Amino acid sequence: MDAPLIEFRDVTKRFGDRTILDRISLKIYENQITTIIGKSGTGKSVLLKHIIGLLEPDEGTILFRGRPVREMGKGEWDVYRSQVSYMFQNNALFDSLSVFDNIALPLRQTTNLRKREVMRKVMTRIQQTELTDVARKYPSELSGGMQKRVALARALVTDPKIVLFDEPTTGQDPIRKNIILGMIAHYRRIFGFTAVLISHDIPDVFFIADRIILLWEGKAAFEGTYEESTQLDHPMIDEFLHSLEGFQDELTGLLSKQVFKNRYTVTLQKGKLDTTISAILFTVDFDLVAELFDAPVFEILKIMGENINDYFGPLGGFSARHQRNQLLTILPHITLADAQSLLDTFAQRLREKAFADIQAVIRSRMGADVCLNLSVKAGIIEGKSTDDIDTIIAMAETSQKTVAVYRCDQGGEA
Amino acid sequence: MLQARSQIRPFSSLGKAAGDFIRKLGSMALFFGEGFCKIFRRKQVREIINQVFYIGAKSTNIVMLIGLFTGMVLGLQLYYTLIKFGSEGVLGSVISLSIIRELGPVLTAIMITARAGSAMAAEIGILRISEQIDALYTMRIDPVRYIVSPRLAAAIISFPLLTAFFDLIGIIGGYLTGVLLLGVNEGAYFYRVQSYLDMVDIRGGFLKSLVFAVLVATICCYQGFFTHLRTDSFGAKSVSLSTTSAVVMSCVMILVSDYVVTSFLM
Repeated sequence: MDAPLIEFRDVTKRFGDRTILDRISLKIYENQITTIIGKSGTGKSVLLKHIIGLLEPDEGTILFRGRPVREMGKGEWDVYRSQVSYMFQNNALFDSLSVFDNIALPLRQTTNLRKREVMRKVMTRIQQTELTDVARKYPSELSGGMQKRVALARALVTDPKIVLFDEPTTGQDPIRKNIILGMIAHYRRIFGFTAVLISHDIPDVFFIADRIILLWEGKAAFEGTYEESTQLDHPMIDEFLHSLEGFQDELTGLLSKQVFKNRYTVTLQKGKLDTTISAILFTVDFDLVAELFDAPVFEILKIMGENINDYFGPLGGFSARHQRNQLLTILPHITLADAQSLLDTFAQRLREKAFADIQAVIRSRMGADVCLNLSVKAGIIEGKSTDDIDTIIAMAETSQKTVAVYRCDQGGEA
Repeated sequence: MLQARSQIRPFSSLGKAAGDFIRKLGSMALFFGEGFCKIFRRKQVREIINQVFYIGAKSTNIVMLIGLFTGMVLGLQLYYTLIKFGSEGVLGSVISLSIIRELGPVLTAIMITARAGSAMAAEIGILRISEQIDALYTMRIDPVRYIVSPRLAAAIISFPLLTAFFDLIGIIGGYLTGVLLLGVNEGAYFYRVQSYLDMVDIRGGFLKSLVFAVLVATICCYQGFFTHLRTDSFGAKSVSLSTTSAVVMSCVMILVSDYVVTSFLM
């Protein structure tokens, strides 16, 4: 693995008699989304504030690209700070400034951009965060969710290289949560920034996280990928991950990834050996226009999830969201031929029912003049219940074919 | 041994309080120095104008009203005092000297403290407890430059101007009661104002108003800016206590410094 971008070495922070961070050591890598999880009051926000310099460690060292930040000169420190942006847990918006002015503030105060350029950059962020209608309103006139989006827009307006998100999705509805998480992942891809994210939104956050850091009693109890975290024998992991049995993916209404895997293991692998199963992996591909409209995209995924659940659920199938736009269904005791027949019927249902719902979403959320095309691909694979689920997914992905296409110029018919 | 220690304790707590007070004064002086230097940084003009409007222009009416009634009541009181000595003819000079040298700067400063100083402390305190000052820091905007310096500059600009308004209206107030109501000769009133008033009196008054501007703005901004460091309260309560402390401390410092400056001017 590459050298870490930011590294904590034996960092200790005390407030009075309370030790919040206790000789904590951890690494944050460039161009990754690192999610920090942990119970409330374990020092997650304190940790983020150390990265940006709002707090200084009592002991230990914080390194940026291998260089201790304490040893940086004023100029070097300023350059470092210019690359870091912070989104506060309570938003910290200026209540005497309008939404537009809040977002424009860092540009106006720290750059020499012309008024027109500031206007352009701010309006771009405002449109991306769907705040156009409230640009002239004050934060106190907005809902909690909207305030969160204003804070997000402000954090991203300077095009930072490292963005620290302190619970960015708290207080959001499932669609907005996924929009924000999707936006973080999307901008990370476009701008290539490094994101450090505090979130309690499990499992949603795992869809975008490259690495997870688990804080436990002032220390980093775990650092690694989501898959690695599930193998860890730790009380916090039990509380956080293994207690998700009843959880569903809030967006699609399908099972969470963890619950899906548990169900697969328990109901299939530990039951009758060599049970025949079929797996269908759906991928919803959007055209480029969709990049501009996060909310409708997530609503379309929600419609897809509901349809899959409604159709395959009564047949004994169970489904989960695999990637941002991929949905996986396992059909126990069903052969490939039967699964193909079911898929054909489902594709018909998509064209007849689901596409009408999708058309309504596009028209109401994006406007009648916006043309959005999408296609649904599906790959079927037959296997045995003893097969590794990741192998099944990979094989299903390679066999994907287009089963339904929504074209706006044909009024949704295809 | 123990008895000796307990006897010393009152002095030790007194010493600690004195030490804390001196530390706080030093901290305020550094805070003022930092805020003052950053007045001259770029991108400050617009915010200074906004603050001059808030601290200065919006305080004009109340300052003029207080000036008018102060002048009128002085006219009444001094007329009935001076008439006992048959010297009601010097009413104009006594009123103008009292107002320009003393009452104008002091009452103007106290009025601005009540109106704008309290607002400064409360507003900055709220910015602090709602993490907006931290947010400025994370955006690489210097909070002292962005929040404190424009208020300091605006106070330094506004206090002398409002004092001039107060002085003018106060003298007119004295004219209303002395001349129009009680029948002092109009020519004598204005002649005495002009002949007894020296430039040194006017300069002294403005010097005081500048000193008060620095004290009031520094104390009020300081109290708000360091609201989070209060150990006696947290959250909204700490903002309210900081505002109260700002107003009380400003008023006390206005009167203490008034004596000090006057003693140097005399």
